[in-house]
Amino acid sequence: MSSASSQQAPPLVAVAPPVKPVVARPVLSQPRWPRVNTAIDATIRALSLVGLGFLKPIVAICRGEDPRAHMRQLWLDLGAPVIAMTAFLLVWSQVSAGIQTSLGQIPGPVAVWQQTKALWVDHLVQREKATAFYERQEKRNAGKLAEDPAADMTVRKYTGKPTYIDQIFVSLKTVFAGFLLATLLAVPIGILCGASKTFNAMFNPLIQLFKPVSPLAWLPIVTMIVSAVYVSADPLFDKSFVNSAVTVTLCSLWPTVINTAVGVASIDRDLLNVARVLRLGKTTQLTKLVLPSALPYIFTGMRLSLGVGWMVLIAAEMLAQNPGLGKFVWDEFQNGSSESLSRIMVAVFTIGIIGFLLDRIMLALQNAFTYGPTR
Amino acid sequence: MSSKRIAASLFLLATAMTALGAGKGPEKEQLKLGFIKLTDMAPLAIAYEKGFFEDEGLYVTLEPQANWKLILDRVITGELDGAHMLAGQPLGASIGIGTKADVITGFSMDLNGNAITVSNEVWGLMKPTLATDDKGLPKHPIAASSLKPALEKFKIAGKPFKMAMVFPVSTHNYELRYWLAASGINPGFYSPADVNGNTRADILLSVTPPPQMPATLEAGTINGYCVGEPWNQQAIVKGVGVPVITDYEIWKNNPEKVFGVTKAWAEKNPRTHIALLKALIRAAMWLDDKNGANRKEAAQILSRPEYVGADYRVIANSMTGTFEYGRGDKRALPDFNVFFRHYANYPFYSDAIWYLTQMRRWGQIPEGKTDAWYAETARKVYRPDIFIEAAKELIAEKKANAADFDFVSEGFRAPTSDFIDGIEYDGRKPNAYIEKLTVGLKGQQKIESGNVVGK
Repeated sequence: MSSASSQQAPPLVAVAPPVKPVVARPVLSQPRWPRVNTAIDATIRALSLVGLGFLKPIVAICRGEDPRAHMRQLWLDLGAPVIAMTAFLLVWSQVSAGIQTSLGQIPGPVAVWQQTKALWVDHLVQREKATAFYERQEKRNAGKLAEDPAADMTVRKYTGKPTYIDQIFVSLKTVFAGFLLATLLAVPIGILCGASKTFNAMFNPLIQLFKPVSPLAWLPIVTMIVSAVYVSADPLFDKSFVNSAVTVTLCSLWPTVINTAVGVASIDRDLLNVARVLRLGKTTQLTKLVLPSALPYIFTGMRLSLGVGWMVLIAAEMLAQNPGLGKFVWDEFQNGSSESLSRIMVAVFTIGIIGFLLDRIMLALQNAFTYGPTR
Repeated sequence: MSSKRIAASLFLLATAMTALGAGKGPEKEQLKLGFIKLTDMAPLAIAYEKGFFEDEGLYVTLEPQANWKLILDRVITGELDGAHMLAGQPLGASIGIGTKADVITGFSMDLNGNAITVSNEVWGLMKPTLATDDKGLPKHPIAASSLKPALEKFKIAGKPFKMAMVFPVSTHNYELRYWLAASGINPGFYSPADVNGNTRADILLSVTPPPQMPATLEAGTINGYCVGEPWNQQAIVKGVGVPVITDYEIWKNNPEKVFGVTKAWAEKNPRTHIALLKALIRAAMWLDDKNGANRKEAAQILSRPEYVGADYRVIANSMTGTFEYGRGDKRALPDFNVFFRHYANYPFYSDAIWYLTQMRRWGQIPEGKTDAWYAETARKVYRPDIFIEAAKELIAEKKANAADFDFVSEGFRAPTSDFIDGIEYDGRKPNAYIEKLTVGLKGQQKIESGNVVGK
């Protein structure tokens, strides 16, 4: 099979990895402290990788370079976004004051900030309660032991409600579990599809069929199957966790499969010819040639997958009442108290910020591998 | 007594005595119980907050659920050990209305607590027809016949009149239907061909989860609903509707929610089940203690986001012995929420049988059944034996008074005619009762292609 031909008519839609220079190294006029400068350069590069590129002009100006050259960059990277954000906050507080819902006014930035603090205080209060709970339990267990030396002394987990911070971590854990599973499934499938036309022909209809399915459709089926298949007296994971994670997997699988397939299919033919000449084994070809050259594509796919997974997870948690941020939103919606809307807004921003951070992390990984030594 | 024992706290002693008295502790200590955000989940919240679960050596997590269907499914799949359920759910599940499974209950959580609310538009049409007292306020109870002008208007405009309840086998469904039918309005029949229960209906009933009721009413999707608290009081506070009647006025001291577990779970964890019931009985006692002096604190606990989460004033409206019918029209209703008095927690067979008669009346049980079938079905699902065992242990531990429990009735309340239409109900004669009801299926009647046939 010629990889070039499969490239000519790609049956799958892929998103090519962004080909942008990471950091255009500024040519320094007169490096005064070479070692310090090298360290600063490394830091800037790292910052740019995680999306904090706006620090670059500041560092450059501080270092004594011509400010005018960097001012425009600073404006684009920092000034414009800050102005937009301020305008957004202003419009928000103005508009929200005018909309009256049955739960009262739409909360403005101040109300949301207050609820953010309230949720944090609540977290601390719950932690204190948990400490008291463990103390009580210890006492009770001591009593049990005095009564019967063979008593069951298992320490039971705190039974109180999960706090907002707990919910965030539950969601993160779930999305990573689902995403990991998706990656483990998607990369091999993608490699097979990219390497063999037959496999591609086999999998393509299935991929096209399942790719557009919404998590809301998967969820009832997943729930039923998980509760039928995943039976154990003392399960390692909660069923609700498995439900959410599997739903995330099913929905976030596709971008990685597709991108991996394209990445593998578009490998340089020269490289394969060299491999043939050198009589490299299949495994060596895979690990030394195919995977390294497909890595940027795979990471692009994974980045898309994680984004999809995070969106899907919130919906799955809401619908299936699985613990996490989605359930928090749903519960607050059901509470219908005068604080509910502000709390939901807090969740909206949290979801947005976490989604953004996840994307940045994946982007950093992608950039690192795209221009890494593997190529 | 050893010095160690004396040093131990009183509470530890009690726990130790429980353990001695029962032989051994609960089989399963870490439990997850589900609930719906309604004030009648209070026994669960109180048992947790007051440490009654922990006193029994149970580590219970309470988790709110989205709707009644989900709560039943999650108890059946074992994701939840037990849950706050509608009285009709264990019965419905055991005879296979909707999901089929063996679910039992040994604890009835409360009496009353529901009300029917109509939209402002409907209330405007009802109000002129109502008799008023000397203060100019409408006289209660309000009969469903006052809905007729509104029904008429909707009919002329060609719009369907829609009302919501919370679940097909919910107490709310039967109470709403009872109220409508008592004034000759047909709420519609269920049949194997019509699982929505709208055959021959004058008013279309549908399902909406309790917390979404006010929002759905506000959106105009429905014209009224029957639901538990705080969602009727919420309608007043939000100004989207007016509660017209409470279920206390439809059937005085009607049984409401139950605590349900699967039969398999109960057989595997008998000690745990009794320990749970003991904690719940103590919580119910606390809620009705000192003539309701604890209710304010209860309302405060329930208003936390992890429980009901509605604003305190909304919850307190119905939890503290009053009920607000219209904005500012607050009246005393001390028995609106009963958690312990009137033997509220005893799972009476006669209560189960009343629900079964209503399931038959409206066609959810498509064929006539014998009196013996009603009694047998009730015995399968309602388990006063477990309740009595828990009560006896509490009495032995001096945590409860024997006088507060019923040990003589054999599971049947005395015949009562405390209904809005005054028809007498005797749990031992379900078929004779069904015969007396005006609207509804009787004897061997069936629904065939949209018509009532047979006799």
